[in-house]
This record gives sequence, C-alpha cells and structure tokens, in this order.
Amino acid sequence: MLETLTWLIAYQVVGEVVCRGLGWPLPGPVLGMVLLFITLCVRRTIPDTLKRHVPGLLSHMSLLFVPVGVGVMAYRDLLTGYGWQLAAIVIVATAVTLLSSALLLHFLLARRQRTHARSAA
Amino acid sequence: MNAAVTWLHTSPLTGLLLTLLAYRLAVSVNRRCRGNPLSNSVLVAVLLVVAALQIGGIRYDEYMQGARFIHLLLGPATVALAIPLYDNLARLKRAGGALALTLFGGGLIGIVSGTVLGRAMGLPRQAVLSLMPRSVTTPIAMGVAESIGGIPALAAALVILTGIVGAVMVRPLLYRFGLKDDRVLGFATGIAAHGVGTARAFQLSETAGAFAGLAMGLNGLLTPVLVPMLVGWLVA
Repeated sequence: MLETLTWLIAYQVVGEVVCRGLGWPLPGPVLGMVLLFITLCVRRTIPDTLKRHVPGLLSHMSLLFVPVGVGVMAYRDLLTGYGWQLAAIVIVATAVTLLSSALLLHFLLARRQRTHARSAA
Repeated sequence: MNAAVTWLHTSPLTGLLLTLLAYRLAVSVNRRCRGNPLSNSVLVAVLLVVAALQIGGIRYDEYMQGARFIHLLLGPATVALAIPLYDNLARLKRAGGALALTLFGGGLIGIVSGTVLGRAMGLPRQAVLSLMPRSVTTPIAMGVAESIGGIPALAAALVILTGIVGAVMVRPLLYRFGLKDDRVLGFATGIAAHGVGTARAFQLSETAGAFAGLAMGLNGLLTPVLVPMLVGWLVA
C-alpha cells in the first residue's frame, strides 16, 4: 500500500509541477494520470503493488467526494436566490447529457459492429 | 467538560472520523436499500455529515481541518485511474472513433443544455455563465467559470450537484432506455458527471469505471476549449 501511494503521489506531484511550470490550464492529477498511463504503455505491464491495491482504492472513490459535497453547504447562500431553478436545471440538463451521450455511443458502436459483420461475411 | 468540547471542535480527528463513519453508514444504508439509486453513498454520507455538523455546532472550516486529509486523496485517486484505463486498452482502441465522436457530442450538449435552460428561466448572466462548465471536475470548472466572468464558488457547487444527480440517475435512466452496456454507461457518466459519476461507475463494474475515467479526463480537456468558443454565441 505504501508503495502504491508513493507511485500515485509522485505522478501527481510531477503533473502539478509540469502544469504550473508550463502554465497549462490543466489540473495536475489529470496530467499525472496521463503520464502514468504512458508509463504503463511503455512498460507493457502494471507493477504488482498497483495491480493489487488500486482496485480497492477506486472502489471507495465515493468516500473522497464527501468533504467537497459537504462544502456545497458552505455555498448555500449562493444557491438560495435561485435555488430551485438551479436545481431543476441541473437535474434536467444532466439527464439530457447522460441520455444523449449514451444513445450516441450505443448507436455508433452498433453501427460499427454491423459494418464489421458485413465485411467478415 | 469544556476542554473536551473544545478539543472535539479543534482536533482534525473529529472531521476525519465523522467523514469515515458517515461513509461507512452510507454504504450500509445503500446495501440495506438494495442499491436503490436514491441511497447513493455520496449523497447519504454528505447529508449525515451535514446533520452531525448542525447538531454539534461545528463550522465547515473546523470540519475541513480533518476532512481535508480525505479530500487530499482525490488527486492520487485520479492518477490511479490510469490503471483501469490501461487494463481496458484493447477495448478502448477498438471503440476509439465512436468514443471520440461521443465525447465531442456529449461534451457540447453538456455545456449547451444548462446554458439554454438557464437563459430560458431568466437567470442572471453570472449564474448562467457558472452553469456552463458544470460537467467537468471542480478545479477545471472553477477556472473556466472565472475566465468567462461566472462565479467560481457557484460553479463548484453546481459541479458537485451535477455529479451527485448524475450518479443517482445513471442506472435507472439508462436502463429504462435499454442501455445496459458497461462501456456506454461508463462513458456517458464520465462525460456528464465527472469524478462523482466515475466513482459511481466503479460500483457498477471495473469496465464502466475505466470508460468513465477516460471520458472524465477527456471532457476535462475539451470543455475549457469549447466554453470560451460558445460563450459569445449562447450568452449574449
């Protein structure tokens, strides 16, 4: 577990330093993820420690969002003026985004499968 | 007695323990409700912590002294998304073109939907601008909101709301339309509901999580490019 944390924190730190150093408008952890992904592609294997511990860490990723969620409370005043409108917009817009993305991908994957089937035949 | 109360208010351990207990309880509630979407673990845990803070008279900044250690792990967890991504490399490659098109379409709809609704409901300009980046992870959304003249704190609150709403509705909504492919579920959740949605996708399956993580990362790159291009066009 210690080794896993060292890997992950090291890549985040590199990501943060590069983003800030080059003035990229990207969060450090996202670049860290890209860099670790590239490392894995070059190595062609996942180090044992990461293979063993990362799935457990990610299955409890929800826990890590609890403090930010509580933080929304701190912005309550901002939401009060237009609270219900904003809530309604977020619900409808998120449903629209989810559904249209899923339908689009479903359609594209199905179409690709059909063309593959045809070329195989 | 007073010394004990003061210690509870000032020690970082209080916020830390409160968060862990609330999450543990939320997971049990979720199991007891047989995974009912409304018993989403983030939603329940947040409500439990908020209730505890109110009852105990603990301020948000006092709570955060301990909770920030948990918050701090979000960064390394984001880096860790590279592992499921690599595990699913072959599947991702096969679906590459479809994923790219979906990312572009979904990212665009994510921005436009909230903005159009906000204008239709007559919200003030700053609130509409803060709605634009709501589908991407908090640090990116706050930066984008600030650069176009929105309110970063409001944008952050809307991001978290979007994440929770997306995590709650993904399965009931998409199952209703017969969309049950883990790749489709995951990718759509990552586009629409960033990290909170990705965390939910990992509860569905490792494949869903990998596709969600990829979509979240890519939409985080796309949205900061699209929003400034769309802002003049959507918000006069």
